[in-house]
Amino acid sequence: MIRPSLTIVTLLTAVLATSCSHKTVSAPMPKPTAFGAAIVETSGGKQIAETGSLLPQPVVVQVNDAQGNSIAGALVEFSAVPGVTFDPPNGLTDSSGQVTTNVSLGGVAGRYQIVAGTFDRSHKKIDLKLEEIALSYQQALGRHLNNQYCDRCHNPESTVERVSNYDNLEVKPHPFTEGDTLNKINDADLTAIISHGGPALNKSALMPAWGNTLSKSGIDALISYIRAVSDPPSREAGPVYAQN
Amino acid sequence: MKDKLTSLWQILFGDSVRAFGVVSLIFLVSLAIAPAKNYFSEWRHYQHGYLRMIRNRSDANTLQRHFAGGVQQVWLPDLGVVDRCTSCHVGLKEVSLADVPTQPFRTHPVIPHKLDQFGCTTCHRGQGAATTVAEAHNSTLAWEQPILPARYIESSCGECHRGPLPGTPVLNQGRNLLSRYGCVHCHTVKLPDGSGMKATDDPPSLSHIADKTTREWIYAWLKDPQAYAATATMPNFKLSDEDARDMSAFLIANSMPVPGDTVALSAKPSTDPAAGTSLYGESFCASCHAVQNAAGNLVGGDVGPELTRVGNKVRPEWLQAWLRNPRTYDPPTAMPHYRFNDAQVATLSAFLLAKADSDLLANVHLEAATPEQIAHGKRLVSDYGCASCHEIAGIKKPEAFAPELSHIGSKPITQLIFLPGMPHTLPDYIAGKIKQPRAFSPGLKMPQYAFTPAQIDALTTALLSLNDRSNTLPPSLAVAAVSESDYKPAGKAGKLMNDLACFSCHRINGHGGDMAPDLTWEGSSVQREWLVRFLKSPGTLRPALIRRMPRFNLTDSEANELTDYIMTVYQSPSVDRDSMPLSGYSPGQVELGKQLFYGKYACQGCHILDSKRDKGYIGPTLTQVGSRLTAAWIYQWMKNPQALRPGTTEPNRAMNDEDARALTAFLMSQKGAGESEVARTKR
Repeated sequence: MIRPSLTIVTLLTAVLATSCSHKTVSAPMPKPTAFGAAIVETSGGKQIAETGSLLPQPVVVQVNDAQGNSIAGALVEFSAVPGVTFDPPNGLTDSSGQVTTNVSLGGVAGRYQIVAGTFDRSHKKIDLKLEEIALSYQQALGRHLNNQYCDRCHNPESTVERVSNYDNLEVKPHPFTEGDTLNKINDADLTAIISHGGPALNKSALMPAWGNTLSKSGIDALISYIRAVSDPPSREAGPVYAQN
Repeated sequence: MKDKLTSLWQILFGDSVRAFGVVSLIFLVSLAIAPAKNYFSEWRHYQHGYLRMIRNRSDANTLQRHFAGGVQQVWLPDLGVVDRCTSCHVGLKEVSLADVPTQPFRTHPVIPHKLDQFGCTTCHRGQGAATTVAEAHNSTLAWEQPILPARYIESSCGECHRGPLPGTPVLNQGRNLLSRYGCVHCHTVKLPDGSGMKATDDPPSLSHIADKTTREWIYAWLKDPQAYAATATMPNFKLSDEDARDMSAFLIANSMPVPGDTVALSAKPSTDPAAGTSLYGESFCASCHAVQNAAGNLVGGDVGPELTRVGNKVRPEWLQAWLRNPRTYDPPTAMPHYRFNDAQVATLSAFLLAKADSDLLANVHLEAATPEQIAHGKRLVSDYGCASCHEIAGIKKPEAFAPELSHIGSKPITQLIFLPGMPHTLPDYIAGKIKQPRAFSPGLKMPQYAFTPAQIDALTTALLSLNDRSNTLPPSLAVAAVSESDYKPAGKAGKLMNDLACFSCHRINGHGGDMAPDLTWEGSSVQREWLVRFLKSPGTLRPALIRRMPRFNLTDSEANELTDYIMTVYQSPSVDRDSMPLSGYSPGQVELGKQLFYGKYACQGCHILDSKRDKGYIGPTLTQVGSRLTAAWIYQWMKNPQALRPGTTEPNRAMNDEDARALTAFLMSQKGAGESEVARTKR
């Protein structure tokens, strides 16, 4: 008895690829009925999810012609390093020129580059590159603490459920994506600021001391999260693009 | 040909010496096969690769020292773990190898558990004892447990951890969905501690449904629940027109009226067109009910049903009776009994009835039902197991209507029937079954749910955690969930709290919702006069919150009854509210407290104390805090807020006694506008 094809998205996909002789029978690629001149992002870039899990929102891209009008029936293919899955992996643009796909990231934490490609009339490939972030367990734990304790002041964006306090503060906190500033502060100094408050490093007293509220491992988790989401990327978080 | 063979025979075995030599050679070669196989084994290849990789690194010496050659094994008899994964994954414990881009040499990400205590397969599944890549990771002829894909990895946390963890959002969501979408009404899920998983949805009783709605609406709802409300948890049974017709006929014919659940009001709705909107807003209906706005986004909570098209559903006279007192129709409902007057009921019901979609029932035309149709409808209602979720007069709740799922995470692959093209793994099977149950066989009764891909992943994760290991785990390893207590307040106040559905939002003594603050120690925290006033007319405490305490139009005696009970019963053993005075602090102490408030502790970042100058709105507004809280509570709160309310955002400043006293004095001096009012009532 021969076991049918197996596709297992694991930490070891790269290794498996050589040993696994069966390939999934993928659906045949649809035939494009139109060709665009440009491909742009509608939504879904710069999202954060845990390793291996689905991005919270689908990725939506749009194919346009040279005048910037959307094109229906153009073929869009999504690709990334092994381990990243797309559902569907390709498709024809709908009447509004868009293709939507659900993306789940690979098993290794880090930044993933995903590529949405289409072909122009001369069969030249046009690519759109998007970046998504996969969080490790520790970073996800940090995100949980961030949402509970930090986000209300450190994130200037408000949502319906969570109104930001950023604008109310006389001294503005650094958003955690502000890599230009935060990447220059080493882990020990960040730990000191979080544990003992802003005044510990001659910064604002509006940043309270969290050392009695958060555990040591919680503060470590928070810092690993801050490193994971910083833009430009922090070198301490490892390679810029995860290779799975 | 024959000559050639003969001469070969001659060359090899021509004489006894020659034959002996050749046989010895063959014997030696065959003896060498086993050591050679060992020498060329995959794990040795990876260990050589590892040594080559670390040679050029700056920390080569340290890594070399940690390296142990040969087959490595983690053996944990308690867990049934024999894991040789570390034979190839050599660098799992080396923190410095985080920059290695690919496996097998990358370090393991930081997790709360140690490799030596849990092994690898406890979390990742796969064949621990195997020493080849294929046998360890894939299912083979001899072994069928493949590696668990990373997207379902949290299921392994759920084998031991039976409650929600901050680090496992997917598992938590999946478990909630199993309860909230009523999966456990039909599927039994026995938890390892012997209890059964309980449903948290509250499917309405259908025994009196004719009072509430029309047969046309039932028909449309049965055909496609999500067409009425996108958030509906009721699944789509893909009924034919005839089946939906007959089932709706039966449900209407079977319904018995409830006395008092329909009233004809004499009061007319307010002539002000904005009155309904403002009453809906003031009553904070949106804390529990969602409505789709013009942009198509849902606004509001998910405790109660979505109201976008409620005008298509309910009979006006039923809605009015419901708004007047929902407990007449459904005694245990989560909806509070607002004490609306008739004019308010008329205004609010007119506002809600206008929420209708003229297209929804436009094409539903049903002839009067025949007895045959009703009988057929009854048969269908039994066959589809409607009574598993809904109470229906005359139909018994079926026992074990659907397969038990207590061990679904260990179901052998050989017992599964896969769809063509589907990868043959258990997670793919479970996810496929949830996504499109009837694709597996058109005759299946399991209905079509409207789950998003993320919800399907979460459900699959939760189901995979229900497996043989979770059921046979040594008790020392299991981390029990904090179970919901069955606390019920007693007496008249208890009845009142039930009538007002306090527990739909508030938690007390481990029972109740989490939308509003925990009131277990409210009696130690607040002053009596403030509480009476707040219950009668709730003001804004936290300006940034969109969900707030509604006004229940309580009478004086009701507000006093409730306050007396809260002040007497809900007291903290660590806060004696009479140990510190409510006023009379020295001006010096108050001034020192003010300096600490604005200087050292910078409280204005999150709290508004002086509404002209402070802007922070994370914590409650403190303009009248001296009339609201007790001094003893404030003092203890300064010392350690988490001890009084676990999980509160306020950081623990580990304040010394002097600072805590000064801040208490300052805050108690903030009597606000409420002071004069309190003073007046006292006089």
